Amino acid sequence: MDMSLIKEAPATAEPALSEIAVSVRNISKNYGAVEALKDLTLEFPRGQLTSLLGPSGCGKTTLLKIIAGLLEPTSGEVEVNGKPVTGPGPNRAFVFQDFALLPWATVMRNVAFGLELRSINKSKREDIAAKYIKEVGLGGFENSYPHELSGGMRQRVGLARALSVDAKVLLMDEPFSAVDEQTRRKFQEDLLGLVQNENKTFIFVTHSIEEAVYVSDQIAILLPRPSRVSEIIRPSGFRHKDHDQIRRDPEYLDIVDDIWASLRSYVE
Amino acid sequence: MANRSLYLKILSAVIIFGAWEIAGRIPVSYAFPTFLESMAALGNMALDGRLWEAYAETLRPLVVGVAISTVLGIGLGLWIGLSKFFDWLVSPIFIVMQSAPLAALIPLLVMAYGIGLTSKVFVVCIMAMPVIVLNTASAVRHTPESMKEMCKSFLGTRTDMLIKIIIPAASPLIFSGLRLGVSAGFIGAILAELKITPTGVGDIITFSRSIADYPSMYAAIFSIIVLAVLFLNLLERTEKTLFKGHDRGYVSD
Repeated sequence: MDMSLIKEAPATAEPALSEIAVSVRNISKNYGAVEALKDLTLEFPRGQLTSLLGPSGCGKTTLLKIIAGLLEPTSGEVEVNGKPVTGPGPNRAFVFQDFALLPWATVMRNVAFGLELRSINKSKREDIAAKYIKEVGLGGFENSYPHELSGGMRQRVGLARALSVDAKVLLMDEPFSAVDEQTRRKFQEDLLGLVQNENKTFIFVTHSIEEAVYVSDQIAILLPRPSRVSEIIRPSGFRHKDHDQIRRDPEYLDIVDDIWASLRSYVE
Repeated sequence: MANRSLYLKILSAVIIFGAWEIAGRIPVSYAFPTFLESMAALGNMALDGRLWEAYAETLRPLVVGVAISTVLGIGLGLWIGLSKFFDWLVSPIFIVMQSAPLAALIPLLVMAYGIGLTSKVFVVCIMAMPVIVLNTASAVRHTPESMKEMCKSFLGTRTDMLIKIIIPAASPLIFSGLRLGVSAGFIGAILAELKITPTGVGDIITFSRSIADYPSMYAAIFSIIVLAVLFLNLLERTEKTLFKGHDRGYVSD
């Protein structure tokens, strides 16, 4: 097979150490007797988008929340830019699957909420928020309430909130799973632009194989019970192609098939 | 739409008062006056000042009791909702309080606190507080998990979490608890005046009954119901202006 698909064991992951923004070492997480994650080690290169992909129940969201500092691992450690994670920090921002917007607050206040919690004064945080509201394409909706927006627009609010705190690492928990198919495609294209333009590291949880292959620089396949990294795939051939060329690229199609082949036995 | 709902309200009032008038004219009982007689009695009492004196008396335990129940009830409810231990320690008291036969407890209250204002305030509180406490606690427990995670991940402190997430998210349920609590408080205030010492509106009811002045008795009962309804409407207005985005429920629903 002629494709630049590199498969390697997680222990020998390639990029040089300074290029690693987030590293997860020997993480285990138990819920009572249930082992959600077992001895998981994984590295996330700086400035790139890494997907955590796997069947449901494989612990990908658990891993993301451990990196976010929202959950404590039973053992093992997480480092962000060389510093160990002990809880949520200013270097990470989270995008939630169900958006987690405040229904009683306007788009403006929702987007500025991360800055509000950091005690940045009102006029300054609203300036910053206004900039990101425009950037995600919600200009003119500053004074709308979340219930007046469509699902896709609500997630844009969630994204703008995460961008406006200017964290170097963006954690996205199945951010597009609650929006309709067409909006999702638009989101995926926008996300590619975002990865290129913002100098941020993205960690992206998804259960969609196509989505993972389309947006990722690196895909970590997690297998369940107990969760472990089974392989790491780095699509490279089509990454610099035009957005609408990617889905017909032979490498894209091969990787999608390949991942499905290795996951299908885990899907009931 | 607003007009239509106003018409419906007027229509239902006309039907109920009409039925009252007819029932009084048949009459269903010697002790049941017509609507018009009762309204005339109400007018009389309002003119000679008896009604206002009575309310000055009745409103005191009611206002004090409802105020205490609101502040203390919401405070305790928040605490119960936030702390499992406190929940275990305190909520059984309110569950018992809610189901206790209050009339049977009144003699005990009178023995302990006499026949003055204190006992009456107690009765109002016993009626009003449990539902406020229990509603607030359950609202706090049901704050959407992802909103709490959002607050934590964007570096909110525990105070931020309480003031900016938990209380606003719980406020619709807290207000519905307040509405139920306040109406129970009205019942408590009248009950106290009937069972402890006849004062205020309770006095009008007892006295009018004893001299067979049934129109005045029904007028007093009618007036307290009107007052309760007006107060509940006021509470609803307050809630609507305070929490504008809330009337459509949660985004993630």
